[in-house]
Amino acid sequence: MMTNLSRTSFTILDDSSPFLASLRLNMPAPIRLRELIRTIRTARTQAEEREMIQKECAAIRSSFREEDNTYRCRNVAKLLYMHMLGYPAHFGQLECLKLIASQKFTDKRIGYLGAMLLLDERQDVHLLMTNCIKNDLNHSTQYVQGLALCTLGCMGSSEMCRDLAGEVEKLLKTSNSYLRKKAALCAVHVIRKVPELMEMFLPATKNLLSEKNHGVLHTSVVLLTEMCERSPDMLAHFRKLVPQLVRILKNLIMSGYSPEHDVSGISDPFLQVRILRLLRILGKGDDDSSEAMNDILAQVATNTETSKNVGNAILYETVLTIMDIKSESGLRVLAINILGRFLLNNDKNIRYVALTSLLKTVQTDHNAVQRHRSTIVDCLKDLDVSIKRRAMELSFALVNGNNIRGMMKELLYFLDSCDPEFKADCASGVFLAAEKYAPSKRWHIDTIMRVLTTAGSYVRDDSVPNLIQLITNSVEMHAYTVQRLYKALLDDISQQPLVQVASWCIGEYGDLLLSGQCEEEEPIQVTEDEVLDVLEGLLVSNLSTPVTRGYSLTAIMKLSTRFSSVNRIKKVVSIYGSSIDVELQQRAVEYNALFKKYDHMRPALLERMPIMEKTASNGPTEIVQTNGETEPSVVEPKHPPPINQPASQGNDLLDLLGGNDVPVIQTTMPTKPASAGGELLDLLGDLSLGGPAPAPAPPAPTSQPPFLLDGLSSQPLFNDIAAAGIPPMTAYNKNGLKIDFTFERANPNPNVAVITIHASNSTEADMTDFVFQAAVPKTFQLQLLSPSSNVVPALNQGTVTQVIRVLNQQKQQLRMRIKLTYTHKGSAVQDLAEVNNFPPQSWQ
Amino acid sequence: MSRFLLCLGGSVYGAERGKAGTEVRDRGCFAAHTRSGMHPFEKTVCLQKCGDTEDMQQQIIRETFHLVSKRDDNVCNFLEGGSLIGGSDYKLIYRHYATLYFVFCVDSSESELGILDLIQVFVETLDKCFENVCELDLIFHMDKVHYILQEVVMGGMVLETNMNEIVAQVEVQNRMEKSEGGLSAAPARAVSAVKNMNLPEIPRNINIGDINIKVPSLSPF
Repeated sequence: MMTNLSRTSFTILDDSSPFLASLRLNMPAPIRLRELIRTIRTARTQAEEREMIQKECAAIRSSFREEDNTYRCRNVAKLLYMHMLGYPAHFGQLECLKLIASQKFTDKRIGYLGAMLLLDERQDVHLLMTNCIKNDLNHSTQYVQGLALCTLGCMGSSEMCRDLAGEVEKLLKTSNSYLRKKAALCAVHVIRKVPELMEMFLPATKNLLSEKNHGVLHTSVVLLTEMCERSPDMLAHFRKLVPQLVRILKNLIMSGYSPEHDVSGISDPFLQVRILRLLRILGKGDDDSSEAMNDILAQVATNTETSKNVGNAILYETVLTIMDIKSESGLRVLAINILGRFLLNNDKNIRYVALTSLLKTVQTDHNAVQRHRSTIVDCLKDLDVSIKRRAMELSFALVNGNNIRGMMKELLYFLDSCDPEFKADCASGVFLAAEKYAPSKRWHIDTIMRVLTTAGSYVRDDSVPNLIQLITNSVEMHAYTVQRLYKALLDDISQQPLVQVASWCIGEYGDLLLSGQCEEEEPIQVTEDEVLDVLEGLLVSNLSTPVTRGYSLTAIMKLSTRFSSVNRIKKVVSIYGSSIDVELQQRAVEYNALFKKYDHMRPALLERMPIMEKTASNGPTEIVQTNGETEPSVVEPKHPPPINQPASQGNDLLDLLGGNDVPVIQTTMPTKPASAGGELLDLLGDLSLGGPAPAPAPPAPTSQPPFLLDGLSSQPLFNDIAAAGIPPMTAYNKNGLKIDFTFERANPNPNVAVITIHASNSTEADMTDFVFQAAVPKTFQLQLLSPSSNVVPALNQGTVTQVIRVLNQQKQQLRMRIKLTYTHKGSAVQDLAEVNNFPPQSWQ
Repeated sequence: MSRFLLCLGGSVYGAERGKAGTEVRDRGCFAAHTRSGMHPFEKTVCLQKCGDTEDMQQQIIRETFHLVSKRDDNVCNFLEGGSLIGGSDYKLIYRHYATLYFVFCVDSSESELGILDLIQVFVETLDKCFENVCELDLIFHMDKVHYILQEVVMGGMVLETNMNEIVAQVEVQNRMEKSEGGLSAAPARAVSAVKNMNLPEIPRNINIGDINIKVPSLSPF
């Protein structure tokens, strides 16, 4: 009877009958949500839709303004629909709060939903909810309590969590399972927001696992997992729960059919998965716990029915747990074999998770995974990109010295045929694997060249210098390589990295190309003019990037000492002296000068590159370039000015020839007594004086290699670390602003210099908006901490201090560029300065 | 834990507009964000990228739909996370039902295969609550869908997977709402009203029978 009545009145209200409307006098009832949705769906264009929404929003706003309580919840519901469509709905935030405070369940329900969708902790408004939530957590209706818990667990900020954690803890202890499960997840949220509140929930966890309700068990396991992951103490504490968890898991797999929790014939797979996850965390690195769960894991692994996804989900989780804990070796083999079976499964999802988990275990159980190599390689041919990517990563992880040839064949084939999105990763993977396991130099060079020809435009920038270095170092392969590259150039000049390497090699080994001394392959017959034609072709080709042209011009220049057609080369070089490309022009002009003024030095400068030293990393190799770019070139004023040009030119030359990442060349120079050695060394000495530390990239800063340029360098090298007593210095003193540096060495890392700047102002006006900025060469790392103030008081009445930390791995001489901006007497001042008179103790 | 759940169904909506000859847009018909701002790392990512602003939300929906809809049915149901959804720790896990995609975005603390089962449970629950759920139910009753989701997932974590329990709790709450007058009519009546209302408008393009998702026709578990 009651329900009937309410339903009737509801229908009347819902249809916004004229009767009701007339009751409401002057204000028409807002249209219903359903009406609105239907109207919006009739919109034919986005503009039309937007217009409708705007109209409705205006109506809703005015309704909000009139503090209309009857229709507030309907309006907020409409607003949420608009929000879903992507229209701004934030003006409803406060209305949500009003709804939450209402007594009606309908209002609260919509209000809390709106709060979850429209509010987050960025808006202070959310704090206004705290009190409402607190009241609702103590409400007499469990559903209202549930709504409050849900909202808190979804969007509670740390302030809110702090205020309400007590209520949550209380609810975690109730006997009402509907509330208890929500409280457990809410507790997880509270712990994530405010980890120090974790202790508070500890007593409540005691009885959680004896609960019968699966929802509560599930969320309790989540809570325990969260606590174990957050604190080692908790982890140790909860290890004693392992037998209890094992018992629950055993009951789940042993119990017969229970309609409540059955999913495709398996009893509560979600709970099983959660428990297996918790066991994984508890058993990791702990012998006793691992021992306690060995049996059950074996049982799950053998007894789970795997014809359906659910079964596989459990099996997958079991495998991960077996691999993570200290399980018996037999169990591990079983686990890997399950994954092997997964790989052959028809379901792509299963194959995907198998690849993912094999990737995780490949480090620890390499040989076991290796057995499934062929299956994994087959997955490279899968149509699915997700599977392909996993298979590619796993294939690279499986490459070793024994299988490199076979695996590379497959991977290069994959590189040929794969989507562009894979090429970059695949190419760098091939490079890495080849560098690590190459069976021979020739194979290595062939492999890299193959990558450059098939996926040249996708390789990383550093592959060019790496390949050049590799080629340089394999002396016996020079003739073979240059011939192969020359042929590749004839075929295709569109792959820029390949063209760059080829140009470089032809420039270096052009004479070998002509002499046709190649033993490994049929020698080719080429003439000087043909070679120069190809290189000049590169200079004019539209396909060539500016960098490629640079390589090509330099190659031509180098050939001037290897070929007899010097006149042709001179001509080409002089033509590019007026190139519109500034870089190319500069090179051409410099080369021209080399022909004209310094012809006697040309053979020496263009001599074949010495074998480069192998460095472990690419880190410190930018020195050459840094020197070229940032150093003031005039260091020894006694030189006549013109001598500077070849110096910087040689510098450029080295920088170009060496590429970005080829390690320092100067170091080995003195070992090769060049014909014009003296002058050459002089030039280089000049260079190195510019930055007295063209350090040959010592692998570890402590072991100084024989410093071959010692004699040339004006700075003696100290190896002792003067930790104390570094004299302060004045870095800048201009227009009344004085900046002093004081030094100390950071403990425990002696590579970090801690510099404190003290800025003082001797003028009679304050300097405001004072900003100090500093920059160091790329080999250093700099960290500027915040300044003590941005006002430098007048008349030396105080200083602004700021701390700079400089990481100097290479122990190179410290150089710094500083930029100062401040406002003085109303006008903005900006100044740049170079600081390179750091006391040696500060960087050694 | 999950970052968000999207339910995408562009086709019916698009077809309607396509018929009008103006524009065909992919449009998420329902986007529920079970959002979190948990870890400090996630906080920043999440606040900016979980669709907290309307624009971002739309962008995520578009991007996700774009990624998911171009995939064949015979490929796996996992997509590695892009920058938009929070980086490499996040995966998109989806299931495709007739014209609808259910897409979960989860981090590595969730079992991939488990989430597939969860989507199935969620959809079956929707089906029970709406008596043969269809896209239009989700559009016209997005509040109800949110309420159902709230009983399944809370704060990005799985709350309950027992379907009967979920349905029972949702129904009790719906009855409470109804006894107060409610926001709109009961789901079943509304659906029939919607269907009746829509059929004459576009008789050829929407075949309700096809759109309906019936549990027996769902892909076998």
